[in-house]
Amino acid sequence: MGAGHGHKLHFHGHSALHRAPAHLKVLALLGFMVVVVATPRDAYLAFAAYAVLLAVVIGASRVPPAYLLKRTVVELPFVVFAVLLPFVATGPQTEVLGVSVSQHGLEAGVALLIKGTLGVLASLTLAATTEPQDLLLGLERLRVPQQLVQIMAFMVRYLDVVTGEMQRMKVARESRGFSARNPRHWPVLARSAGALFIRSYERGERVHLAMLSRGYTGRMPR
Amino acid sequence: MSTPVLDVRGLAYAYPDGHQALFGVDLHVHRGERVALLGPNGAGKTTLVLHLNGILAAGAGSVAVSGLPVEKAHLAEIRRRVGIVFQDPDDQLFMGTVRADVAFGPANLGIKGAELDRRVMHALEQVGMEEYVDRPPHHLSFGQRRRVAVATVLAMEPEILVLDEPSSNLDPASRRELADILRSLDVTVLMVTHDLPYALELCPRSVVLSGGTVVADGATYDVLTDEELMRAHRLELPFGFDPRTALPRP
Repeated sequence: MGAGHGHKLHFHGHSALHRAPAHLKVLALLGFMVVVVATPRDAYLAFAAYAVLLAVVIGASRVPPAYLLKRTVVELPFVVFAVLLPFVATGPQTEVLGVSVSQHGLEAGVALLIKGTLGVLASLTLAATTEPQDLLLGLERLRVPQQLVQIMAFMVRYLDVVTGEMQRMKVARESRGFSARNPRHWPVLARSAGALFIRSYERGERVHLAMLSRGYTGRMPR
Repeated sequence: MSTPVLDVRGLAYAYPDGHQALFGVDLHVHRGERVALLGPNGAGKTTLVLHLNGILAAGAGSVAVSGLPVEKAHLAEIRRRVGIVFQDPDDQLFMGTVRADVAFGPANLGIKGAELDRRVMHALEQVGMEEYVDRPPHHLSFGQRRRVAVATVLAMEPEILVLDEPSSNLDPASRRELADILRSLDVTVLMVTHDLPYALELCPRSVVLSGGTVVADGATYDVLTDEELMRAHRLELPFGFDPRTALPRP
């Protein structure tokens, strides 16, 4: 059972940002996001200021920028959407590199890209400097409802178990000569996903049994 | 004789889908005993275990733990008295740290503060895992997780420890370490296992469950050397293992 150390998004370190209380970091991230989202989309100077602020924070965290940049791939679907916007939006047209695109669409796409990137980078910085466990304690201190925090705690705990199971199923599939190269193979992937779902559901029941066996009555102690 | 720790009488149970798993099981376990529960797959061992702390309710017959009947009214006390260690430690360890996991049971019993800390540390010391108290369970090796799973139950100071396949998936060294730990505990043990050498090593007495009834109950050595009984209930010794020549542990 090769469980790695720390979480995949976490970058081990001892900077002031790493040591800052998790609930403050969550609040700071939330405040930053609200401000970024609320900024008018043509206030490019303001966005530049946010980017500089974020760069300073990342610098202070001593997390290598490349480490964060690699993980911004989660933004990809939004990037695709942002790039499509100028082509699908209507209204007055404008020329970019000899291609006619929608003026509104272009502005909206650029704004989406900027706001999205700022948000993703800020969130990744939080994830890189905060252990999942501390993050949960921070949310608890912020009085986030117990049930929500518990659901997140279970997710953190079982993420590795479920991905491990998924990985083993993949290895088992490939060991029997399977590879998902064309859509004809997708039904197999769908069935695997179904099996994984059922296994996780059954694990949930077994965990619940184990909790009941230690006197769980519906509320977490403390 | 004194009140048995575990007193199962005429226990029968059918699952809601109609499949009957137990047909009148009688089982008594006395204080300080270590008993192996043997039987082929599908014999009803897990079903029996889930009756011991009231997860399943008896269809007929009764279960009592140190004289206290397993009934809804005293489920909390029953679950303190009967500590079940499940087969997959990932099912048992669901909190973020070893400490929180071991504290879960006693905290549910209303224990707090210094006493809770004492219980947690004592339970972890009993399984030799006190150094790992602040680690997340999913960063431990499988053998370590199994030991922490035992500690989560020991922290409730149970009267009987019920282990479901304690040696499964362990490498030989972890298997031996767990045996040493189980032997060192001053607690009554009921151990469900397919690992017959392990049963012989740890449990002086064995009970064989087959087809939902107890078909044998006696000294582990006698059960394992009764070839006719073994064959009739799909029990087989591993290749090369003979209880007659197995040396007792010093």
